[in-house]
Amino acid sequence: MAEKRIVLGNCGVIDPQDIESYLKAGGFKAYEKARRMKPKAIVEEVKKSGLTGRGGAGFNCGLKWELAMNAKGRQKFLICNADEGEVGAFKDKYIISHDPLGLIEGMLIAGLAIGARKAYIYLRGEYHPLNSLLVTAIGQAAARGYLKDTDIQVFEGAGAYVCGEESALMNSIEGQRGESRYKPPYPPQRGLWNMPTIINNVETLMNVPHIINRGAAWFSAMGAGRSRGTKVFSVSGDVARPGIYEMEMGSTLKELVVGLAGATDVNAVQIGGATGNIIPGYMIDTPLSHETFLGSGAVMVFNSMRDIIDIVYNDMRFLNEESCGKCTPCREGTEVMLEIFGRLLQGDGRERDINTLEVLARVMADASLCGLGQAAAVPVLDSLRYFYNEYIDRIDQSQFLRSYLGGEFYKSEEVVI
Amino acid sequence: MSAAKEKPSPITNRAELLPMLKQELANNNSLSKTVLTSLADKTGLPLNEIYGVSTFYSYLPVATAGRNIIRVCGCLPCDMKDAQGVIGSIKKELEIEPGQTTADGKFTLEVVGCIGACDQAPAMLINDKLYGNLTPEGIAGILKSY
Repeated sequence: MAEKRIVLGNCGVIDPQDIESYLKAGGFKAYEKARRMKPKAIVEEVKKSGLTGRGGAGFNCGLKWELAMNAKGRQKFLICNADEGEVGAFKDKYIISHDPLGLIEGMLIAGLAIGARKAYIYLRGEYHPLNSLLVTAIGQAAARGYLKDTDIQVFEGAGAYVCGEESALMNSIEGQRGESRYKPPYPPQRGLWNMPTIINNVETLMNVPHIINRGAAWFSAMGAGRSRGTKVFSVSGDVARPGIYEMEMGSTLKELVVGLAGATDVNAVQIGGATGNIIPGYMIDTPLSHETFLGSGAVMVFNSMRDIIDIVYNDMRFLNEESCGKCTPCREGTEVMLEIFGRLLQGDGRERDINTLEVLARVMADASLCGLGQAAAVPVLDSLRYFYNEYIDRIDQSQFLRSYLGGEFYKSEEVVI
Repeated sequence: MSAAKEKPSPITNRAELLPMLKQELANNNSLSKTVLTSLADKTGLPLNEIYGVSTFYSYLPVATAGRNIIRVCGCLPCDMKDAQGVIGSIKKELEIEPGQTTADGKFTLEVVGCIGACDQAPAMLINDKLYGNLTPEGIAGILKSY
Protein backbone atom coordinates (compact mmCIF):
# COMPACT_ATOMS: atom_id res chain seq x y z
CA MET A 1 0.00 0.00 0.00
CA ALA A 2 1.33 3.38 -0.91
CA GLU A 3 1.39 6.46 1.23
CA LYS A 4 -1.86 8.27 1.81
CA ARG A 5 -1.18 11.91 2.49
CA ILE A 6 -4.06 13.66 4.18
CA VAL A 7 -2.55 15.26 7.25
CA LEU A 8 0.58 15.89 5.22
CA GLY A 9 -1.41 16.91 2.14
CA ASN A 10 -0.13 20.48 2.20
CA CYS A 11 3.41 19.67 3.27
CA GLY A 12 5.85 20.66 0.59
CA VAL A 13 2.99 21.97 -1.54
CA ILE A 14 2.29 25.30 0.12
CA ASP A 15 4.57 28.03 1.44
CA PRO A 16 4.36 27.67 5.23
CA GLN A 17 5.02 31.37 5.72
CA ASP A 18 2.43 32.65 3.26
CA ILE A 19 -1.23 32.50 4.17
CA GLU A 20 -2.18 33.18 0.53
CA SER A 21 -0.84 29.84 -0.60
CA TYR A 22 -2.68 28.14 2.26
CA LEU A 23 -5.92 29.85 1.32
CA LYS A 24 -5.42 28.90 -2.30
CA ALA A 25 -5.11 25.26 -1.24
CA GLY A 26 -8.54 25.50 0.40
CA GLY A 27 -7.35 26.75 3.76
CA PHE A 28 -9.77 28.07 6.39
CA LYS A 29 -12.79 26.71 4.47
CA ALA A 30 -13.33 24.24 7.28
CA TYR A 31 -13.08 27.02 9.84
CA GLU A 32 -15.65 29.12 7.98
CA LYS A 33 -17.92 26.08 7.85
CA ALA A 34 -17.40 25.34 11.54
CA ARG A 35 -18.28 28.92 12.46
CA ARG A 36 -21.70 28.36 10.94
CA MET A 37 -22.13 25.17 12.97
CA LYS A 38 -23.20 24.83 16.59
CA PRO A 39 -20.38 23.64 18.92
CA LYS A 40 -22.41 20.53 19.58
CA ALA A 41 -22.57 19.76 15.87
CA ILE A 42 -18.79 20.12 15.53
CA VAL A 43 -18.21 17.80 18.47
CA GLU A 44 -20.72 15.29 17.06
CA GLU A 45 -19.00 15.31 13.69
CA VAL A 46 -15.57 14.69 15.21
CA LYS A 47 -17.00 12.04 17.50
CA LYS A 48 -18.69 10.26 14.60
CA SER A 49 -15.49 10.33 12.58
CA GLY A 50 -13.80 8.17 15.21
CA LEU A 51 -10.73 10.43 15.34
CA THR A 52 -8.44 9.27 18.13
CA GLY A 53 -5.57 11.01 19.89
CA ARG A 54 -2.41 10.75 17.83
CA GLY A 55 0.02 11.43 20.66
CA GLY A 56 -0.08 7.83 21.76
CA ALA A 57 -3.02 7.43 24.14
CA GLY A 58 -5.58 6.97 21.37
CA PHE A 59 -8.54 8.37 23.27
CA ASN A 60 -11.58 9.34 21.21
CA CYS A 61 -11.05 13.00 20.41
CA GLY A 62 -14.71 13.97 20.04
CA LEU A 63 -15.56 12.33 23.35
CA LYS A 64 -12.86 14.35 25.08
CA TRP A 65 -14.13 17.55 23.49
CA GLU A 66 -17.63 16.75 24.62
CA LEU A 67 -16.45 16.51 28.23
CA ALA A 68 -14.83 19.92 27.99
CA MET A 69 -17.78 21.41 26.11
CA ASN A 70 -20.15 20.33 28.87
CA ALA A 71 -17.80 21.22 31.72
CA LYS A 72 -18.50 24.40 33.63
CA GLY A 73 -15.75 26.94 33.99
CA ARG A 74 -15.17 30.68 33.95
CA GLN A 75 -12.73 30.10 31.14
CA LYS A 76 -11.73 27.16 28.99
CA PHE A 77 -8.38 26.41 27.48
CA LEU A 78 -7.11 24.56 24.48
CA ILE A 79 -3.54 23.33 24.37
CA CYS A 80 -1.80 21.91 21.37
CA ASN A 81 0.82 19.47 22.55
CA ALA A 82 3.88 20.07 20.40
CA ASP A 83 6.31 18.83 23.05
CA GLU A 84 7.39 15.99 20.85
CA GLY A 85 10.02 14.47 23.11
CA GLU A 86 9.53 10.82 22.29
CA VAL A 87 12.69 9.14 21.12
CA GLY A 88 12.52 8.58 17.39
CA ALA A 89 9.56 10.92 16.85
CA PHE A 90 9.89 13.96 14.63
CA LYS A 91 6.55 14.08 12.82
CA ASP A 92 5.21 17.15 14.63
CA LYS A 93 8.34 19.07 13.75
CA TYR A 94 7.81 18.14 10.12
CA ILE A 95 4.14 19.10 10.22
CA ILE A 96 4.69 22.44 11.92
CA SER A 97 7.56 23.42 9.69
CA HIS A 98 5.58 22.64 6.53
CA ASP A 99 1.99 23.48 7.41
CA PRO A 100 1.66 25.67 10.51
CA LEU A 101 -1.58 27.19 9.26
CA GLY A 102 -3.22 23.78 9.02
CA LEU A 103 -2.50 23.35 12.70
CA ILE A 104 -3.83 26.81 13.50
CA GLU A 105 -7.04 26.08 11.60
CA GLY A 106 -7.49 22.82 13.48
CA MET A 107 -6.96 24.62 16.76
CA LEU A 108 -9.46 27.33 15.88
CA ILE A 109 -12.10 24.71 15.13
CA ALA A 110 -11.36 22.91 18.40
CA GLY A 111 -11.60 26.27 20.14
CA LEU A 112 -15.05 26.84 18.66
CA ALA A 113 -16.18 23.37 19.69
CA ILE A 114 -15.20 23.58 23.34
CA GLY A 115 -15.59 27.34 23.74
CA ALA A 116 -11.95 28.13 24.46
CA ARG A 117 -11.04 31.78 24.12
CA LYS A 118 -7.40 31.11 24.77
CA ALA A 119 -5.20 28.47 23.21
CA TYR A 120 -1.56 27.57 23.67
CA ILE A 121 0.86 25.73 21.46
CA TYR A 122 3.32 24.07 23.84
CA LEU A 123 6.41 23.84 21.68
CA ARG A 124 9.40 21.92 22.99
CA GLY A 125 12.49 24.02 23.61
CA GLU A 126 14.51 21.93 21.18
CA TYR A 127 12.29 23.19 18.36
CA HIS A 128 13.04 26.84 19.09
CA PRO A 129 13.56 27.72 15.40
CA LEU A 130 9.91 26.79 14.78
CA ASN A 131 8.75 29.38 17.28
CA SER A 132 9.16 32.37 14.97
CA LEU A 133 7.61 30.39 12.12
CA LEU A 134 4.51 29.73 14.22
CA VAL A 135 4.36 33.33 15.42
CA THR A 136 4.46 34.52 11.80
CA ALA A 137 1.68 32.13 10.81
CA ILE A 138 -0.44 33.15 13.81
CA GLY A 139 0.14 36.81 12.93
CA GLN A 140 -1.01 36.25 9.34
CA ALA A 141 -4.12 34.42 10.51
CA ALA A 142 -4.86 37.18 13.01
CA ALA A 143 -4.47 39.86 10.34
CA ARG A 144 -7.13 38.06 8.33
CA GLY A 145 -9.43 38.12 11.34
CA TYR A 146 -9.36 34.40 12.04
CA LEU A 147 -8.31 34.72 15.67
CA LYS A 148 -11.39 36.61 16.82
CA ASP A 149 -12.88 33.66 18.70
CA THR A 150 -9.73 32.06 20.03
CA ASP A 151 -6.40 33.66 20.73
CA ILE A 152 -3.38 31.45 20.09
CA GLN A 153 -0.08 31.82 21.91
CA VAL A 154 3.12 29.86 21.52
CA PHE A 155 4.60 28.64 24.79
CA GLU A 156 8.06 27.22 24.64
CA GLY A 157 9.29 24.45 26.90
CA ALA A 158 12.83 24.14 28.15
CA GLY A 159 13.95 20.58 27.62
CA ALA A 160 11.89 18.19 29.70
CA TYR A 161 10.53 15.01 28.13
CA VAL A 162 7.92 14.51 30.85
CA CYS A 163 6.28 17.82 29.90
CA GLY A 164 4.73 15.97 26.96
CA GLU A 165 2.54 14.30 29.57
CA GLU A 166 -0.57 16.43 29.76
CA SER A 167 -0.63 17.25 33.45
CA ALA A 168 3.10 17.97 33.55
CA LEU A 169 2.63 20.15 30.50
CA MET A 170 -0.01 22.21 32.28
CA ASN A 171 2.24 22.60 35.32
CA SER A 172 4.94 23.81 32.99
CA ILE A 173 2.69 26.50 31.49
CA GLU A 174 1.68 27.52 34.99
CA GLY A 175 5.32 28.21 35.75
CA GLN A 176 5.79 25.21 38.02
CA ARG A 177 8.19 22.32 37.83
CA GLY A 178 6.91 20.05 35.08
CA GLU A 179 5.83 17.22 37.34
CA SER A 180 2.78 15.06 36.69
CA ARG A 181 -0.42 15.57 38.66
CA TYR A 182 -2.63 13.04 40.34
CA LYS A 183 -5.66 12.05 38.26
CA PRO A 184 -8.60 12.48 38.46
CA PRO A 185 -9.57 15.25 37.96
CA TYR A 186 -8.85 14.94 34.28
CA PRO A 187 -7.99 18.03 32.24
CA PRO A 188 -11.41 18.32 30.51
CA GLN A 189 -12.89 18.87 33.99
CA ARG A 190 -10.07 20.68 35.72
CA GLY A 191 -6.90 21.38 33.84
CA LEU A 192 -4.93 24.55 33.30
CA TRP A 193 -5.49 26.83 36.32
CA ASN A 194 -8.21 24.39 37.32
CA MET A 195 -10.27 25.30 34.26
CA PRO A 196 -11.64 22.82 31.71
CA THR A 197 -8.80 22.16 29.30
CA ILE A 198 -8.37 20.16 26.15
CA ILE A 199 -4.92 18.97 25.20
CA ASN A 200 -4.51 17.55 21.72
CA ASN A 201 -1.48 16.42 19.81
CA VAL A 202 -0.43 18.36 16.71
CA GLU A 203 -1.41 15.54 14.37
CA THR A 204 -4.83 15.10 15.98
CA LEU A 205 -5.66 18.75 15.39
CA MET A 206 -4.34 18.56 11.83
CA ASN A 207 -7.04 16.01 11.06
CA VAL A 208 -9.88 18.23 12.25
CA PRO A 209 -10.20 20.60 9.24
CA HIS A 210 -10.33 17.59 6.91
CA ILE A 211 -13.11 16.00 8.96
CA ILE A 212 -15.16 19.20 8.93
CA ASN A 213 -14.57 19.69 5.20
CA ARG A 214 -15.19 16.18 3.97
CA GLY A 215 -17.40 14.77 6.69
CA ALA A 216 -17.17 12.11 9.36
CA ALA A 217 -18.24 9.33 6.99
CA TRP A 218 -15.34 10.02 4.62
CA PHE A 219 -12.88 9.92 7.52
CA SER A 220 -14.23 6.85 9.23
CA ALA A 221 -14.16 4.94 5.95
CA MET A 222 -10.38 4.80 6.36
CA GLY A 223 -8.63 2.65 8.91
CA ALA A 224 -9.18 -0.56 10.77
CA GLY A 225 -11.16 -1.42 13.89
CA ARG A 226 -11.22 1.38 16.43
CA SER A 227 -8.39 3.18 14.62
CA ARG A 228 -9.82 5.40 11.93
CA GLY A 229 -8.11 7.68 9.43
CA THR A 230 -4.42 7.82 8.71
CA LYS A 231 -1.30 7.94 10.87
CA VAL A 232 1.92 9.80 10.39
CA PHE A 233 5.01 7.74 11.18
CA SER A 234 8.55 8.83 11.93
CA VAL A 235 10.91 6.10 10.75
CA SER A 236 14.54 6.01 11.84
CA GLY A 237 17.31 3.53 12.51
CA ASP A 238 18.55 0.88 10.10
CA VAL A 239 16.55 1.87 7.06
CA ALA A 240 17.60 3.24 3.69
CA ARG A 241 15.22 6.19 3.76
CA PRO A 242 14.50 7.47 7.28
CA GLY A 243 11.77 10.06 7.35
CA ILE A 244 8.09 10.88 7.69
CA TYR A 245 5.45 8.66 6.10
CA GLU A 246 1.69 8.83 6.33
CA MET A 247 -0.32 5.65 5.91
CA GLU A 248 -3.82 4.47 6.48
CA MET A 249 -4.35 2.98 9.94
CA GLY A 250 -4.05 -0.76 9.82
CA SER A 251 -1.28 -0.80 7.24
CA THR A 252 1.33 -3.39 8.07
CA LEU A 253 4.70 -2.69 9.57
CA LYS A 254 6.25 -4.32 6.52
CA GLU A 255 4.65 -1.83 4.14
CA LEU A 256 6.11 0.97 6.23
CA VAL A 257 9.65 -0.13 7.04
CA VAL A 258 10.38 -2.32 4.02
CA GLY A 259 8.08 -0.84 1.39
CA LEU A 260 8.49 2.85 2.12
CA ALA A 261 11.59 3.25 4.25
CA GLY A 262 13.59 0.57 2.46
CA ALA A 263 14.80 -1.62 5.30
CA THR A 264 16.57 -4.79 4.20
CA ASP A 265 17.46 -6.45 7.49
CA VAL A 266 14.87 -6.16 10.25
CA ASN A 267 15.76 -7.97 13.45
CA ALA A 268 13.60 -5.90 15.77
CA VAL A 269 11.43 -2.80 15.67
CA GLN A 270 10.54 -0.47 18.49
CA ILE A 271 7.24 1.29 17.94
CA GLY A 272 6.32 4.34 19.99
CA GLY A 273 9.64 5.62 21.23
CA ALA A 274 11.58 4.79 24.38
CA THR A 275 8.47 3.46 26.10
CA GLY A 276 7.28 1.65 22.99
CA ASN A 277 6.85 -2.03 22.24
CA ILE A 278 9.81 -3.93 20.89
CA ILE A 279 8.74 -6.58 18.43
CA PRO A 280 10.87 -9.11 16.58
CA GLY A 281 11.40 -9.04 12.83
CA TYR A 282 9.24 -12.09 12.18
CA MET A 283 6.18 -10.14 13.32
CA ILE A 284 6.65 -7.66 10.50
CA ASP A 285 3.25 -8.41 9.01
CA THR A 286 1.49 -6.94 12.06
CA PRO A 287 -0.93 -4.17 11.13
CA LEU A 288 -0.26 -0.86 12.89
CA SER A 289 -3.22 0.46 14.85
CA HIS A 290 -4.26 1.36 18.39
CA GLU A 291 -5.27 -2.25 18.89
CA THR A 292 -1.80 -3.54 18.08
CA PHE A 293 1.20 -1.22 18.19
CA LEU A 294 1.19 2.47 17.45
CA GLY A 295 2.05 4.94 20.21
CA SER A 296 3.02 8.25 18.74
CA GLY A 297 4.10 6.60 15.50
CA ALA A 298 7.84 6.60 16.16
CA VAL A 299 9.28 3.54 14.46
CA MET A 300 12.90 2.58 15.09
CA VAL A 301 14.29 -0.29 13.06
CA PHE A 302 17.18 -2.44 14.29
CA ASN A 303 19.14 -4.81 12.08
CA SER A 304 20.65 -8.09 13.24
CA MET A 305 23.94 -6.39 14.18
CA ARG A 306 22.19 -4.54 17.03
CA ASP A 307 22.25 -5.78 20.57
CA ILE A 308 18.81 -5.84 22.17
CA ILE A 309 20.18 -5.41 25.69
CA ASP A 310 22.05 -2.35 24.51
CA ILE A 311 18.87 -0.97 22.96
CA VAL A 312 16.85 -1.41 26.13
CA TYR A 313 19.72 0.03 28.16
CA ASN A 314 19.67 3.16 26.00
CA ASP A 315 15.88 3.46 26.41
CA MET A 316 16.20 3.09 30.16
CA ARG A 317 19.04 5.60 30.41
CA PHE A 318 16.79 8.12 28.71
CA LEU A 319 13.74 7.35 30.86
CA ASN A 320 15.79 7.41 34.04
CA GLU A 321 17.19 10.80 33.10
CA GLU A 322 13.79 12.19 32.20
CA SER A 323 11.74 10.77 35.08
CA CYS A 324 10.45 13.81 36.94
CA GLY A 325 11.07 12.15 40.29
CA LYS A 326 7.70 12.86 41.83
CA CYS A 327 6.53 9.28 42.31
CA THR A 328 8.69 6.54 43.78
CA PRO A 329 7.94 3.61 41.42
CA CYS A 330 9.16 5.57 38.41
CA ARG A 331 12.04 7.43 40.06
CA GLU A 332 13.50 4.38 41.80
CA GLY A 333 12.28 1.77 39.33
CA THR A 334 14.06 3.28 36.36
CA GLU A 335 17.16 3.64 38.53
CA VAL A 336 17.22 -0.03 39.49
CA MET A 337 16.46 -1.14 35.95
CA LEU A 338 19.23 1.05 34.60
CA GLU A 339 21.63 -0.49 37.09
CA ILE A 340 20.62 -4.00 36.06
CA PHE A 341 21.03 -3.28 32.36
CA GLY A 342 24.32 -1.57 33.04
CA ARG A 343 25.55 -4.67 34.84
CA LEU A 344 24.30 -6.96 32.08
CA LEU A 345 26.25 -4.92 29.54
CA GLN A 346 29.35 -4.86 31.73
CA GLY A 347 29.33 -8.63 32.03
CA ASP A 348 28.11 -8.73 35.60
CA GLY A 349 24.57 -10.06 35.18
CA ARG A 350 22.91 -12.34 37.74
CA GLU A 351 20.35 -15.04 37.29
CA ARG A 352 17.92 -13.26 39.58
CA ASP A 353 18.06 -10.13 37.42
CA ILE A 354 15.34 -11.42 35.10
CA ASN A 355 12.97 -12.04 37.97
CA THR A 356 13.76 -8.63 39.50
CA LEU A 357 13.02 -6.95 36.17
CA GLU A 358 9.70 -8.75 35.83
CA VAL A 359 8.53 -7.95 39.35
CA LEU A 360 9.66 -4.35 39.13
CA ALA A 361 7.97 -3.92 35.77
CA ARG A 362 4.64 -4.93 37.23
CA VAL A 363 4.97 -2.54 40.17
CA MET A 364 5.94 0.35 37.94
CA ALA A 365 3.07 -0.28 35.54
CA ASP A 366 0.56 -0.45 38.40
CA ALA A 367 1.79 2.25 40.72
CA SER A 368 3.42 5.00 38.66
CA LEU A 369 1.72 8.36 38.49
CA CYS A 370 1.88 8.99 34.77
CA GLY A 371 2.57 7.34 31.46
CA LEU A 372 6.34 7.63 31.74
CA GLY A 373 6.66 5.26 34.67
CA GLN A 374 3.70 3.12 33.65
CA ALA A 375 5.18 2.41 30.24
CA ALA A 376 8.88 2.53 31.14
CA ALA A 377 9.00 -1.22 31.52
CA VAL A 378 7.27 -1.98 28.21
CA PRO A 379 10.51 -2.41 26.23
CA VAL A 380 11.93 -4.48 29.10
CA LEU A 381 9.01 -6.89 29.18
CA ASP A 382 8.87 -7.11 25.39
CA SER A 383 12.55 -7.83 25.08
CA LEU A 384 12.25 -10.49 27.79
CA ARG A 385 9.40 -12.01 25.89
CA TYR A 386 10.85 -12.02 22.40
CA PHE A 387 14.60 -11.96 23.05
CA TYR A 388 14.85 -14.03 26.22
CA ASN A 389 17.92 -15.84 24.94
CA GLU A 390 19.88 -12.61 24.74
CA TYR A 391 19.38 -12.14 28.46
CA ILE A 392 20.36 -15.74 29.17
CA ASP A 393 23.47 -15.33 27.01
CA ARG A 394 24.48 -12.24 28.91
CA ILE A 395 24.00 -13.91 32.24
CA ASP A 396 25.93 -17.00 31.14
CA GLN A 397 28.75 -14.82 29.90
CA SER A 398 28.72 -12.95 33.19
CA GLN A 399 29.00 -16.17 35.15
CA PHE A 400 31.90 -17.25 33.01
CA LEU A 401 33.64 -13.91 33.40
CA ARG A 402 33.25 -14.01 37.15
CA SER A 403 34.65 -17.52 37.42
CA TYR A 404 37.44 -16.73 34.99
CA LEU A 405 38.52 -13.41 36.39
CA GLY A 406 37.57 -14.06 40.01
CA GLY A 407 38.22 -11.18 42.36
CA GLU A 408 40.17 -9.32 39.70
CA PHE A 409 36.93 -8.75 37.83
CA TYR A 410 35.57 -6.35 40.38
CA LYS A 411 38.83 -4.46 40.76
CA SER A 412 39.40 -3.75 37.08
CA GLU A 413 37.84 -0.49 35.99
CA GLU A 414 37.49 -1.39 32.38
CA VAL A 415 35.75 -4.66 31.81
CA VAL A 416 36.32 -6.29 28.48
CA ILE A 417 33.26 -8.20 27.46
CA MET B 1 -11.67 38.93 29.90
CA SER B 2 -10.33 42.38 29.08
CA ALA B 3 -10.49 43.41 32.73
CA ALA B 4 -8.36 40.44 33.66
CA LYS B 5 -5.82 41.42 31.04
CA GLU B 6 -5.41 44.98 32.31
CA LYS B 7 -4.70 43.92 35.86
CA PRO B 8 -2.56 40.79 35.86
CA SER B 9 -3.21 38.52 38.81
CA PRO B 10 -0.31 36.68 40.49
CA ILE B 11 -1.39 33.59 38.60
CA THR B 12 -0.76 35.11 35.19
CA ASN B 13 2.55 36.37 36.49
CA ARG B 14 3.54 32.82 37.25
CA ALA B 15 2.86 31.77 33.66
CA GLU B 16 5.44 34.30 32.60
CA LEU B 17 8.11 32.71 34.77
CA LEU B 18 9.44 30.26 32.19
CA PRO B 19 9.60 32.86 29.39
CA MET B 20 11.29 35.25 31.87
CA LEU B 21 13.85 32.61 32.80
CA LYS B 22 14.56 32.05 29.12
CA GLN B 23 14.99 35.77 28.58
CA GLU B 24 17.40 36.03 31.52
CA LEU B 25 19.30 33.08 30.15
CA ALA B 26 19.60 34.78 26.77
CA ASN B 27 20.87 37.97 28.44
CA ASN B 28 23.21 36.41 30.98
CA ASN B 29 24.37 33.14 29.47
CA SER B 30 23.55 31.20 32.64
CA LEU B 31 21.13 31.47 35.52
CA SER B 32 23.51 32.35 38.30
CA LYS B 33 22.39 33.04 41.84
CA THR B 34 22.52 36.80 41.20
CA VAL B 35 20.27 36.45 38.17
CA LEU B 36 17.78 34.27 40.02
CA THR B 37 17.76 36.57 43.05
CA SER B 38 16.97 39.59 40.92
CA LEU B 39 14.25 37.59 39.21
CA ALA B 40 12.80 36.71 42.60
CA ASP B 41 12.65 40.41 43.46
CA LYS B 42 11.06 41.20 40.13
CA THR B 43 8.37 38.54 40.32
CA GLY B 44 7.75 38.48 44.06
CA LEU B 45 8.24 34.73 44.04
CA PRO B 46 10.50 33.01 46.59
CA LEU B 47 14.00 32.29 45.35
CA ASN B 48 13.70 28.59 46.13
CA GLU B 49 10.63 28.34 43.88
CA ILE B 50 12.47 29.92 40.99
CA TYR B 51 15.52 27.78 41.62
CA GLY B 52 13.28 24.70 41.75
CA VAL B 53 11.73 25.52 38.40
CA SER B 54 14.96 26.32 36.62
CA THR B 55 16.75 23.20 37.84
CA PHE B 56 13.89 21.06 36.59
CA TYR B 57 14.49 21.99 32.96
CA SER B 58 17.64 20.79 31.30
CA TYR B 59 17.76 23.79 28.97
CA LEU B 60 17.89 26.26 31.87
CA PRO B 61 21.44 25.83 33.18
CA VAL B 62 21.97 27.23 36.66
CA ALA B 63 25.65 26.34 36.64
CA THR B 64 28.19 28.32 34.67
CA ALA B 65 27.86 27.52 31.02
CA GLY B 66 29.93 28.37 28.01
CA ARG B 67 28.88 30.93 25.45
CA ASN B 68 27.90 28.14 23.10
CA ILE B 69 26.20 25.03 24.37
CA ILE B 70 26.70 21.89 22.32
CA ARG B 71 23.95 19.35 22.87
CA VAL B 72 24.63 16.03 21.23
CA CYS B 73 21.73 13.61 21.06
CA GLY B 74 22.59 10.34 22.77
CA CYS B 75 19.32 8.53 22.17
CA LEU B 76 18.81 5.36 20.20
CA PRO B 77 18.54 6.52 16.57
CA CYS B 78 21.61 8.76 16.98
CA ASP B 79 23.46 6.23 19.11
CA MET B 80 22.98 3.67 16.35
CA LYS B 81 24.59 6.03 13.83
CA ASP B 82 27.75 6.53 15.87
CA ALA B 83 26.82 9.41 18.17
CA GLN B 84 29.55 8.06 20.47
CA GLY B 85 32.11 8.68 17.75
CA VAL B 86 30.85 12.24 17.34
CA ILE B 87 30.97 12.84 21.08
CA GLY B 88 34.47 11.39 21.18
CA SER B 89 35.56 13.73 18.41
CA ILE B 90 34.13 16.77 20.23
CA LYS B 91 35.80 15.66 23.45
CA LYS B 92 39.13 15.40 21.68
CA GLU B 93 38.68 18.69 19.88
CA LEU B 94 37.71 20.70 22.96
CA GLU B 95 39.48 18.60 25.59
CA ILE B 96 36.41 18.46 27.83
CA GLU B 97 34.07 15.77 29.05
CA PRO B 98 30.26 15.95 28.73
CA GLY B 99 28.97 18.38 31.36
CA GLN B 100 32.13 20.48 31.27
CA THR B 101 32.98 23.88 29.83
CA THR B 102 36.15 24.77 27.97
CA ALA B 103 38.71 26.88 29.82
CA ASP B 104 38.08 29.88 27.57
CA GLY B 105 34.34 29.64 28.30
CA LYS B 106 33.49 29.22 24.64
CA PHE B 107 31.83 25.81 24.65
CA THR B 108 29.87 23.60 27.01
CA LEU B 109 29.33 20.00 25.97
CA GLU B 110 26.22 18.07 26.93
CA VAL B 111 24.78 14.72 25.90
CA VAL B 112 21.01 15.07 25.83
CA GLY B 113 17.84 13.14 25.09
CA CYS B 114 16.16 13.01 21.70
CA ILE B 115 16.22 16.34 19.86
CA GLY B 116 13.80 15.19 17.16
CA ALA B 117 16.24 14.91 14.29
CA CYS B 118 16.29 11.15 14.06
CA ASP B 119 16.11 11.21 10.27
CA GLN B 120 19.41 13.10 10.24
CA ALA B 121 21.14 10.99 12.88
CA PRO B 122 23.54 11.55 14.46
CA ALA B 123 22.55 15.10 15.26
CA MET B 124 23.44 17.89 17.65
CA LEU B 125 22.31 21.36 18.54
CA ILE B 126 24.76 24.19 19.03
CA ASN B 127 22.64 26.77 20.81
CA ASP B 128 19.53 26.65 18.60
CA LYS B 129 21.16 25.55 15.39
CA LEU B 130 20.69 21.97 14.32
CA TYR B 131 23.49 19.96 12.74
CA GLY B 132 22.53 16.60 11.27
CA ASN B 133 24.22 13.64 9.56
CA LEU B 134 27.38 14.28 11.56
CA THR B 135 30.65 12.46 11.17
CA PRO B 136 33.49 12.46 13.70
CA GLU B 137 35.70 13.96 10.97
CA GLY B 138 33.35 16.85 10.28
CA ILE B 139 33.24 18.10 13.87
CA ALA B 140 36.40 20.21 13.78
CA GLY B 141 35.08 22.26 10.87
CA ILE B 142 31.76 22.96 12.58
CA LEU B 143 33.41 23.98 15.84
CA LYS B 144 35.81 26.27 14.00
CA SER B 145 32.89 28.33 12.70
CA TYR B 146 32.13 29.47 16.27
